Parts: sequence; structure tokens; C-alpha cells
Amino acid sequence: MSEISITHILFVSTALFFIGMYGLFTRRNMITMLMAIELILNSVNINFVAFNKYLYPGKLDGVFFAIFIITIAAAEAALAIAIIINLYRSHHSIDVEDASELKY
Amino acid sequence: MSHYSYIAFIPLLPLACFFILGLFGRKYFKTFSGTIGTFSIFISTILSLYIAYQYFFIEGKVNSVFQNIIAMKFTWLQFAPNVSIDMGILLDPISVMMIVIVSFISLMVHIFSLGYMKGEERFATYYAFLSLFTFSMLGLVLSSNIFQIYIFWELVGVSSFLLIGYYFEKPSAVAASKKAFIVTRFADLGFLIGILILAFYSGTLDFGTLIERLTSVQSPAFIEISSATFLGASMLTWGLVLVFIGGAGKSAMFPLHIWLPDAMEGPTPVSALIHAATMVVAGVFLVARLFPVFSIDLTAMQIVTWVGAFSALFAAVVACTQTDIKRVLAFSTMSQIGFMMFSLGVSKYGGENGLGYTGSMFHLFTHAFFKSLLFLGAGAVIHVAYSNDIKELGGLRKIMPVTHITFLIACLAIAGIPPFSGFFSKEDILLAAYHSSKLIYGIAVFTSGLTAFYMFRLYYSIFWSKDFHKHESSHGEGTLSMKIPLIVLGVCTIFAGFVPVSSFITSDGAPLESHIDMAFSAFPVLMAVTGILLATYLYKTQNNRSRIIASSLGRFYKIVHRKFYIDEIYLFITKKIIFNSIGRPAAWIDKNIVDGLMNFLATTTENISVLIKRLQSGKVQNYALYFFGGIIGLAALFIYLLK
Repeated sequence: MSEISITHILFVSTALFFIGMYGLFTRRNMITMLMAIELILNSVNINFVAFNKYLYPGKLDGVFFAIFIITIAAAEAALAIAIIINLYRSHHSIDVEDASELKY
Repeated sequence: MSHYSYIAFIPLLPLACFFILGLFGRKYFKTFSGTIGTFSIFISTILSLYIAYQYFFIEGKVNSVFQNIIAMKFTWLQFAPNVSIDMGILLDPISVMMIVIVSFISLMVHIFSLGYMKGEERFATYYAFLSLFTFSMLGLVLSSNIFQIYIFWELVGVSSFLLIGYYFEKPSAVAASKKAFIVTRFADLGFLIGILILAFYSGTLDFGTLIERLTSVQSPAFIEISSATFLGASMLTWGLVLVFIGGAGKSAMFPLHIWLPDAMEGPTPVSALIHAATMVVAGVFLVARLFPVFSIDLTAMQIVTWVGAFSALFAAVVACTQTDIKRVLAFSTMSQIGFMMFSLGVSKYGGENGLGYTGSMFHLFTHAFFKSLLFLGAGAVIHVAYSNDIKELGGLRKIMPVTHITFLIACLAIAGIPPFSGFFSKEDILLAAYHSSKLIYGIAVFTSGLTAFYMFRLYYSIFWSKDFHKHESSHGEGTLSMKIPLIVLGVCTIFAGFVPVSSFITSDGAPLESHIDMAFSAFPVLMAVTGILLATYLYKTQNNRSRIIASSLGRFYKIVHRKFYIDEIYLFITKKIIFNSIGRPAAWIDKNIVDGLMNFLATTTENISVLIKRLQSGKVQNYALYFFGGIIGLAALFIYLLK
């Protein structure tokens, strides 16, 4: 089995990153935005693992970072959902456009 | 000389009194604050008299020459190993004489004020200010170095300012206090520069060392200061003239006299203390203090002489036309101080030639008594008659016998009629002037004739002339506390002339034989008697002779009455010239350039913030976009530009 080159993997991760970015900028629903952020984080994870495998095959640093980011992402999801629930309680909406009082 | 250290109590007691009355007086000692003030100054007076006795009769003389004793000295500010400002107490004949005069007159004024100021709302404050003044003046005369004297000099100025402005509800009093402060402060600028010049060349601030270095012709300091020239005069002359300007400001010498007549807005006892007997002679005292240095510089001495003589004549002429009692007295003060000044100016250092110096100090001594007596008498008159315009007064001799007699004594003394004190001191001055310059002597004799005339014009206008109509609210002559000082000062005025001042106070410390020359004194006395007779003819009874003379003089009378328009000239110079050429441009620069710069900065900041505040929209996705854009920008920066 021939090896998949790093270019393909980076292409996938880049695509994933920009899909996440697109979602973050265009969606108004905060849960969808949260999902978009998860996509961005996962694209970074793919990058870490791929670079670890292709550049430093004998080491595990990149893998550790990926696991670390997954943990952070879980904690961040919990926090974000808590914020969303509170926002819903105060604004009866989870549309991000409705919560724009904090400005100049 | 540590056994003299109790002398420090003389100025410190009034200082303590000032703090106590100033801080707690109005609240706790409302009724007896006057007693506290009087008691503290009473102790100071006793100490001063004791010191005078010790100094003049027991310890002061070594080989029949009075010594300068440094009673106390400590370093106050140390700048470098050899450069320091000391604080000390210097005892020499003139400082001992001055502490006696200052504390004694101050005591009299304190006692007089007990009755005069009774019932004032700010009674305690008044006594606090009086104590502050007494402290400053005592400190001034005891100063052992020229910087210390400057500090007390300013303190005296500020307490005078406070006391002139005591009735601060009256706009005229406020204006007068400001005028006095600004004019004397302006003169003090000259004094300060003079101090700096003298101290720079002599390398010391201490009086003794400074005089020693600047009077010995071989010393390097003297050679340097007299060889350095600026605008054609040596630095010694400049230094002395500038110091004299400071003295002229405080002593109300022409042309810096304009504040003194206005200073009469203060309470009358204050005028007696500050603007007659003590503060205004500070300038004379200063010149006397530096007299050995002055006496070797002929230019400076000429200036002292002519300023003094001109002021004496000028003030006497103006005094003849004034109608406010206190203003007449103010101009007579200026005139008498002019006498003291030119007497110093015509004097030389040492021996018989120092007669002018002795005469000046003698006149200072006697003048303090009779002039404060005149002012206190005027205060008593104003207290009874509620008026200080001599046109409204008259016939008071029946209602106020004590005031009448003491006022008459003082008038005779100031006119120079023997055997009252003014005769003896004026005699010394005239004799010194006669030996120096016939022109000065002529001015002096003419002025003393004028003095007799205007003093008796005042006397007759107050106590004779028309009958006095009692007001409904009028009371008697005043309380006992107002009569006692008048009587005590009256007795002093009669007998002060017999004090053999010439054997105590001379320019070089060695006693001088004084003698009254009958033939010489006949002419000045004749002048004085003529002046008195003229005043009797014109003013004793109510008539219009004086008015006829005044109208025949016409324009000249009007010019004199308006004090030669000196005030108007000052106003013209300050308002028209200084305000327009300096004040207004400065205001324009302040308003447009200084303020404009600040306003420009502020408006620019505001405009920019209005522009960029839109960025903080409150929309999360916008922030995310900025964040992302920022990262891209940074990435581009790192990848392409900072390779």
C-alpha cells in the first residue's frame, strides 16, 4: 500500500478549517457556531498528527498535543453551552445578533 | 555667650502667642485673647529692657567701645562645607535699641487696642496678627545675617498686609493692603538682588564678616567688588543701591511711598505700630546695619541723602493740604523718615563725623514715641468723633482733655520745640547736615518749619476751631486702657530727648560727646515757631483765611492736594503701559497658544475616537473577523517581510 502523501492530508485539514471558518462567520445560531469552532479545532488536530508522522516519525509530541486539544475542546464545549444556556435565559434566543448590547 | 540665650524668648513669646490666638483664639479665648497678647508682649518688653540694661551698662563695653555680641547662632541650611545659611541673634547698640522700641511701642498698642478694638468680631485674630507682626519685627532687628533679615523682612511685609486688610469687608482696605504688599514686594526684589550681589562678592551672608570684608580696602573681596563694573557703576554701588531700594520700599521713600497713605485703611493702633514707629523705619535700620559699607561708597551715600531729603520735603508739602487726620500723619511719617535717611546719607564713619548716624538713630528713637502717640491720639479722636476728616472735627479739647494734652506734647515734639524730645534728635540731624552740605541743611530747616505748620494745622483743626457737636451715640474719652498708653507715651515723649543716645549709639561704637549749640539751634527753632504761629493765625478759630490762601495758590494747591498726581502716574504706567504692552499680549498667548495647544490635543483625540469607536460593534462575529484578519496579517508579516 502506497503511502498517502502529506499534501493530501494538509488539503483535507485546510478544507476543514475554512469550512469551520465559513460556518463561524455566516451562522447566527450559537450552537452551530460552536460546532464550527469544533471543526477548526479538529483541522488543527489533523495537522498536528500529520506533521508528527511525516516529520518526526519516532516522536509522540504532536499526538500528545492533539489529545491535549481534544481535552480542551471538551472543556470549551461545556463552557460554551453554559454560556448559551444563560444567554437563552436572559434573551430568550440563541441568535448571536440579538446579544449585541456590549458595545461602545 | 550662652548666658544671652534667653534673648530668644523676646521674639518667640509673640510667635507662640500668634499660634495660640490664631488657632484657638476665636473659639476659646474670645474675650480675653487681648489679655493673653498683652501679657506675652509685656514679658518681652521686660526682657528687652533688662537686656538693654545689661548691654549698655554692664557687659556691652570693651575698652569703652560697644561690641557686637553674637548671642546665638546655629546653622540652618548647609549647602556645602563652607556655604550655609545661619540663624542667629546679633546684639549691638542699634539692635538693642530697636528691640526696646519695638516691644515697648507694641506693648502700648496692645494696651490701647484693648479699649479701641473692644467688641470687634475678629478680636482674637487682630491680636494674633499683632503678635505675628511683633515677632517678625523683633526677629528682623535681631538678625545676624543678611539672609535672615530678608526672611523677617518678608514676614513683616505679610503681617502688615494682613493688618491693613483687617477690615476686609471694605473694598478700599483690600485695595490698600494689596497696594502695600505689591509695592513693597516690588522693592524687595531689588533688596534680594542686592543681597545676592553683596553675598556673591564677599562670600558670606553674615553681617560681621560681610562688613569686615567689604570695608577693608586691601581685601580681595573689596578689590573684586569695586573693580567689577556694570553700566558705569561698580558692583559695590549697585549692590548697595539695590539694598537701599528694598529699604526705601519699606520706609516709603519717594517714589515708592504711594502705599503708605493708603495703608491708613487699617485699624488706627496698627497704623501707630506698623506705619509710624516700627516697620517703616526698617529701611533706615537696614541702611544703618550696613552703614560701614555704605559709608565707603560715595555714590550710594549721595543717593540715600537725596532720596531722603527729597522725600522729607515732598511729604511735608503734601501733608499741608491733606484733610484726613491719618493721611496727614502718614505723610509726616514719610517726612520724618526722610530726615533719618538723609541724616544717614550725610554721615561718615567714625568719631565726630558719625554725628549723622547717631542723629538718625536718635531721631528714630524719639520719633517712635511721639509718632505712635500722635496715631494713638488720632485713634482716640476717631473713636469718639466717628470721623477722620479735619473739616468735620473741631473743639474736642473740652471733651478729651487727656488726648488733647498728649497730642499737644507730641506736636511740640515733632515740631522740634525744646525741651521736647524731637528737638534734640532733630538738632543732631540738622547739625550733621550743616557740616555736610548747605543745600541739604536748607531743605531740612525749611521742612521742619513746614512740619511745625502742618502738625499745628492738624492740632487746631481737631481740638480748637469750631465747637464740637456731640452725637447722640457719643461716649466719653474712652476707656482707661486707651488713656494709659497716651499718658505713658506722653511722658516718654517729654523725656526721651534727655537720653544721652550719642554716648550709646555711634557709627563705630565709641561714645561721642554731644553738645547743644544754642546759637545753632536758634534758627531751626525760630522756623518751627514761625510755622506754629502761622498755623495759629490760620486755623485756631474758624475763618476763611486758609481758604483764601488756598484759592490764591490755585492750580499749585490742587496739584499738591492730589499728591502731585504720583498715584495717577503709577496707575497710568501700570494700567496703560504695563497692562497693554505686557499683560494683554501675555493673555493672548495664554488664551490662543497655550490653551489652543491643549484644546487641539483634546479635540484631535476626540475626533479619532469617534472614528474608531465603530469597531466595537458588540457583534461577536465581527470580532472574530478582526481576529482572523489580524492573524492573516501577522502571518503575512512573518512569512514575507521578516524572513
